[in-house]
Amino acid sequence: MNTVLPLIVLFPLVGFLINFLLAGKLSRKLVGIIGSGTVLISFLLSIKAFLDLTALPADARIISDTLYNWMAVEGFSVDVSFLLDPLSAIMILVVTGVGFLIHVYSIGYMAHDEGVGRFFAYLNLFMFSMLTLVLASNFLLMFVGWEGVGLCSYLLIGFWFERDSATEAGKKAFVVNRIGDFGFLLGMFIIFWNVGSLDFQTVTALAPSAFAIGGTVITAATLLLFLGATGKSAQIPLYVWLPDAMEGPTPVSALIHAATMVTAGVYMLARSSALFVMAPTTMMVVAVIGAATALFAATIALFQNDIKRVLAYSTVSQLGYMFMACGVAAFGAGVFHLMTHAFFKALLFLGAGSVIHGMSDEQDMRKMGGLKKYMPVTFITMLIATLAISGLPGISGFFSKDEILWQAFSSDLGHPALWFIGMITALLTTFYMFRLIFMTFFGKERMDEKTKSHLHESPKVMTIPLIVLAILSIAGGWIGIPKLFFGATNFFEHWLEPVFAPAQRILHSSEAHHAASTEWGLMAITVTLSLGAFALALRFYLKKPETVTRLRESFPGVHRLLYGKYFIDEIYDRLIIRPLHFFSIFLWKIVDVLLIDGLINGGAFLVGGVSRVMRYAQSGRLTSYVTVFTVGVALITGVMLLLGYSIGN
Amino acid sequence: MNLSGANIDFTLLLPEISLAICGFAILLLGVTKRGKDFGFGLGLFGLIAALAFTVQQWGTLETGFFGMVTKDGFSSLYNIIFLLAGIISLLIAQTYLRAKKIDKPEYYALVLFSILGMMVMASSYDLIIIFIGLEIMSIPLYVLAGFHRFNPKSNEAGIKYFIIGAFASGFLLYGIALVYGAGATTDLRLIAANYHSMAQQAPLLLYAGVALILIGFGFKVGAVPFHMWAPDVYQGAPTPVTAFFSVGPKAAGFAALMRILDFGFDSMDEIQSVLWILAVLTMAVGNILALFQDNIKRMLAYSSIAHAGYILVALTVGGEGAVASGLYYLLGYTFFNLGAFAILTILDTRDGTDSRFSELTGMASRHPFLATLLAIFMFSLAGFPPTAGFFGKLYIFSGAVEGGFIWLAIIGVMTSFVSVYYYLRVVVACFFTKADHPFQQVAMNPYLALALIITAVGALGLGLFPSSWIDLSRQAFASFL
Repeated sequence: MNTVLPLIVLFPLVGFLINFLLAGKLSRKLVGIIGSGTVLISFLLSIKAFLDLTALPADARIISDTLYNWMAVEGFSVDVSFLLDPLSAIMILVVTGVGFLIHVYSIGYMAHDEGVGRFFAYLNLFMFSMLTLVLASNFLLMFVGWEGVGLCSYLLIGFWFERDSATEAGKKAFVVNRIGDFGFLLGMFIIFWNVGSLDFQTVTALAPSAFAIGGTVITAATLLLFLGATGKSAQIPLYVWLPDAMEGPTPVSALIHAATMVTAGVYMLARSSALFVMAPTTMMVVAVIGAATALFAATIALFQNDIKRVLAYSTVSQLGYMFMACGVAAFGAGVFHLMTHAFFKALLFLGAGSVIHGMSDEQDMRKMGGLKKYMPVTFITMLIATLAISGLPGISGFFSKDEILWQAFSSDLGHPALWFIGMITALLTTFYMFRLIFMTFFGKERMDEKTKSHLHESPKVMTIPLIVLAILSIAGGWIGIPKLFFGATNFFEHWLEPVFAPAQRILHSSEAHHAASTEWGLMAITVTLSLGAFALALRFYLKKPETVTRLRESFPGVHRLLYGKYFIDEIYDRLIIRPLHFFSIFLWKIVDVLLIDGLINGGAFLVGGVSRVMRYAQSGRLTSYVTVFTVGVALITGVMLLLGYSIGN
Repeated sequence: MNLSGANIDFTLLLPEISLAICGFAILLLGVTKRGKDFGFGLGLFGLIAALAFTVQQWGTLETGFFGMVTKDGFSSLYNIIFLLAGIISLLIAQTYLRAKKIDKPEYYALVLFSILGMMVMASSYDLIIIFIGLEIMSIPLYVLAGFHRFNPKSNEAGIKYFIIGAFASGFLLYGIALVYGAGATTDLRLIAANYHSMAQQAPLLLYAGVALILIGFGFKVGAVPFHMWAPDVYQGAPTPVTAFFSVGPKAAGFAALMRILDFGFDSMDEIQSVLWILAVLTMAVGNILALFQDNIKRMLAYSSIAHAGYILVALTVGGEGAVASGLYYLLGYTFFNLGAFAILTILDTRDGTDSRFSELTGMASRHPFLATLLAIFMFSLAGFPPTAGFFGKLYIFSGAVEGGFIWLAIIGVMTSFVSVYYYLRVVVACFFTKADHPFQQVAMNPYLALALIITAVGALGLGLFPSSWIDLSRQAFASFL
């Protein structure tokens, strides 16, 4: 241990232990200070680690720290070891930075909750797991963090366990994620089987010789890993748990289900980019699933009325963008969007939390309206985040989204159709986000009098994190301004270059030969059409609300389909859950009741004569014990005498 | 190998001496009215002092008292296991004994003497000394099993354990006599050196002798078919005593078996087939019969038989890697099994309890902390990562595969799959079963908390840092090669 990396991971664990062991003994204030303070220390240490990394020459920017050898069986050895490279450096800064702000916000948000100690304990445990995940130097340790964040997610979704819906949502998240984890595990086994190591650097170095490009093995391995990613990052077909996960407290939605954990799948793909690029089929699947999820979730978000559900589907959609980027081998662009998205989506959720807080726990946007004069800070910061996610030129989301769209169009693995889907998604995003803003902050005040009398701006401990995130949502994208604008190299991509160099070598990709005019043109199309979407939202939800009703009446089918989220939950229920349920009833009735209980009740019959004798013998009578003992003596001595006799001759 | 030198060096025996002194002091003070209360403190002091001396001896390799006493890494590691088991079971005992109104100073003295015997067993190459150690260990155990004098079940446990124990000791001593007849020595170092000539001159005596020795220790570790006493004794004895039984004598039996089979009779390859059968029987019977129990103590009795089976797998394979994994497993087992028993003891301290599964319902909502710990211990017993139980099984079974005992590994893994069912029953009862009556509150105190902390840290620590512990076990094993 000679770097700060282990400390970055350990401080949140310390916070967890203190808050968990002393739950109920510490004052609320102290709980919050310990919870946030430990994360702050991790953040400061992350900055130090980042600076240490920048001090190294560009192609040698790797700091690794092996704590100890975790396990070593013949031919299989895994270390508990951390790896800091440009990619994980970005991740720890985002995780601890945004994480710290959300912890501070939670002090205000959870101020009146009974279980605040438990809440901060889980939150800190989450930070510990997430940092383990991003700093791990091998697949197995990453998997440990991966399971850890899953566990914390489960605990925090079901935090208000007295609500049945919360417990159900927690269970759903848990079960869906198990499917993904199974894929991750199998993928990991295949990699180990072929490469003989799980260490990221070793795997990256040996992959070109261990696998054939486009071969079945590497395709299977990467597809399985991607299945793991779809579970954690809520992509088709495993996205269904994320909208339900909104049952958790809002800071949890911001931290886990928007900014950090759900991006773990993107991070995992970027981390194993050298493997993915060797399987073109997988890359295509990733790009298509990403694009499809982006569009699909955006259409659902159009007509949701629960403010957090809109944001949840928006998150699924934006994660789709990131996967689309990875699928066209623009891993840098994907990670860039991951970062900017962490800022503005965390801000949107925290803003929504502030609204819910002010509205006495109301989440239905139909009962809001006109809130801007009551909650000015929340309004302005959320507006900034909305502009960012809609891609207003000059603000963070614009640069990252534009980069993805351009890569989807121009990369060797890209296709104009992907660009087109991405562009449509961008329009839909602008529309539903401004719909949210208009319904919440403008127009008639539709809440009841009681709620109205309680309306207030949130305390400073909640608004200050909003302001900081708003600044980041504006400026956070400036480190990745494309070359097109000022002719200077894109700093962000340049920074990540060494990480993705092995993948690029496998792809033999050349600098894309597209005219700058094409790039300008595409950008102009997106921006113009987005403005149109904005105008449409303005007309529908502010100027002439009756048009919405009219439209809904003219196209009842479409509205029902979108409002009902394509009835995917119902379809899954019929096709998968019920048959499985049926199967498990079969297991229960037949296997459990008949077989296992049968074993227990009539154990002697099934286990056979030996067992019957054993149970008969286990009568409590000393004589029968001695009899069995003596039989054993006779057998063992007899066998040994025979053996000895054969030696003697 | 210098056997002629007397080397009367009492510092070698400092751990044993401190136990003996404290044990006698407890008995002497117990005569006076006020001295009765010193039992617990003195007992703990003696154990900790012995632990300190043992740790200090770590790394030495010395023989003394005419070659009768050997302190090496192997004996040190085992002594640490015995002393840890003693400390933990003492920490959980006092509250229980007071609640049941049997808090007598003799209890602590008996535990100390018993551990003294175990330490003697682990610290000698001489079969006679090992036998004497076994007797010093066993006689206090018979009394401890029946310590709850007014409880007929406890009395029954004591008597049963004593009669079968005496029976088994007879076989052991007879086995030693036969081996002496074959080679005119009871010193394992001489036996190992002259093994081939002994095997040629008197094969029948030698093989019969080893068979009987194996039976004698098979009884102590609870190997099938010499296990029949275990469920009755475990259930009848006071719970902290059961906790101690499940680890201490078992570990001592394995200490003797490892030294005898992997050093003294290392060249007797045929013994592997007998061990193979014993291991399979023990794993299968232990795990299958554990499924049928309604009483948690009885379930844990069968479970401890099954765990002895896993260690027998390591013994069957033999050699440095396998035996080191067996040692690692024993160390982990000390923590997680005692942890489970510690919680059981805490639960049994309440009135009107009988360690039934149904008594666990509602525990998670009343005592989430205890329930979580119990779940951790159950997961470790079942062998889930990242606990000590997982790595223990991983090392043992992967060792068996490497050693060519594929079928043994397959049977072992299959039986341990079966075990998941009954361990998870405990977790399900705690967390997921609706209670029809409120869970009866338990009282905690610092001693119990300390015992829980030690066991939980051990169970998880060995799982998080398995490599360093397995290295330690390897060093210990290497010291007698």
